[in-house]
Amino acid sequence: MASVAPPPSAVSLRGAVALSGRFPLLAGVDLEVAVGETVLVEGPNGAGKTSLLRVCAGLIPLSSGRLSVLGLDPVRRRTAVRRRVGLLSHASHLYDDLTVEENVRFAVRASGGEVVRIAPACARWGLTGRLARTSASKLSAGQRRRVALAVLTARWPEVWLLDEPHAGLDASARMLLDEAIAEASASQVTILIASHESGTVEGLADRAVTVTGGRISAERLLGVPPTAEATTTTGAVAHVA
Amino acid sequence: MWRDAALVAGKDLRIEGRSRVGLSQVAPFGIVALVLFAFALGPDRQIMAKGAPGLFWVAVLFCTVLAVQRSVSVESADGARDGLRLSGIDPAGLFLGKSIAVAAQLVVLEAVLAVGVVLLYGARIEVPWLIVVSCLLGTVGLAATGTLYGALSAGIRVRETLLPLLLLPIVAPVLLAGTKIWQAAMSGGTPSDGTQWLRLLVIFDAVYVAVGVILFGPIQETA
Repeated sequence: MASVAPPPSAVSLRGAVALSGRFPLLAGVDLEVAVGETVLVEGPNGAGKTSLLRVCAGLIPLSSGRLSVLGLDPVRRRTAVRRRVGLLSHASHLYDDLTVEENVRFAVRASGGEVVRIAPACARWGLTGRLARTSASKLSAGQRRRVALAVLTARWPEVWLLDEPHAGLDASARMLLDEAIAEASASQVTILIASHESGTVEGLADRAVTVTGGRISAERLLGVPPTAEATTTTGAVAHVA
Repeated sequence: MWRDAALVAGKDLRIEGRSRVGLSQVAPFGIVALVLFAFALGPDRQIMAKGAPGLFWVAVLFCTVLAVQRSVSVESADGARDGLRLSGIDPAGLFLGKSIAVAAQLVVLEAVLAVGVVLLYGARIEVPWLIVVSCLLGTVGLAATGTLYGALSAGIRVRETLLPLLLLPIVAPVLLAGTKIWQAAMSGGTPSDGTQWLRLLVIFDAVYVAVGVILFGPIQETA
């Protein structure tokens, strides 16, 4: 009987514990995310969704447990991992005194991205003409979000960590975001989406994990007909084609 | 490393060029400090000229604190520091880039303050090259230590008050050496009176640039 090799993990957390002072942000998370998989991370406020994404980005160190991203240790291979991971967080990481175009250009060049991708990415998010030359200090929250998304899509990293990606976006931008996620997913980008708006995101994800109290308390497959068997065990890679 | 340094320095200088905080706030602050020192010393121009070297460098140190705080605060808004960390930029390049940007601003400020010292205190510069070299070497040391300690204090809520407390004692050798060199350059002393202090500045610069290149990454991750 031929054995099938498991798909490689893009993100692997084993007994991950992260602390902020003495407060546990993650209290023993086991999660395997396959290359090209899209996972919805859901849970109530303060459950640890944002912390989980920041740990995966290498911004919060683990107190115990193991983490590998794209097969690399994010602490020892920090630069290599970060250049292949993109985090869309609550903050937009923009400099108010730079224009939209300058902000995108700086972020893309700093991460070693290709400069030729900047213009198409800006155009994708409607950041052209006068808006491209506008100082970031004059942008609305939604426009700042678009700039952050332009940086992400210009860089096009192998792992996307999206924290409440739809927050602050208008209907057209939400549609653009859904298209970008679908396109990234189709090109084997691994995506983790932390969101309260499960309904909006469920259609984009292969699997949902629920974070409660810094742990993964439940896991379910998405996009599977109700009659099909869709069971997973914690830690197992579930990729719905 | 140097590509990242040029990128970061260009970004910081562009931001400074737009906001003009250095020209509109830090430089006037330095001039005000010189004027206040003059008030404190009284109308005797001989006393003022004698105290000019030390007062110049004290004013430079105050301006350095402001320039470094500005450099740190640029990265504090809207999670920009996290953005830099996430970009995977070389920490040594980041350190050098931010140091270069601070140094460029300090050179301009020192030129303004030097003119102020000559005009306000009636200081006579007799060995100009010694003044120029001491300013350049002092600037490198101040920018490197300032950037390093700015990163140390970056994640702390009380960084505005903590930074001067951390930085000023560390840069005391720059104040001491700079003052001695200026005294040698102004009082008709020989250049050799100042060269031993130039050596101190070179060593100070080499130590703090090396420490910054090596430690900036770990500091940035833990601050």
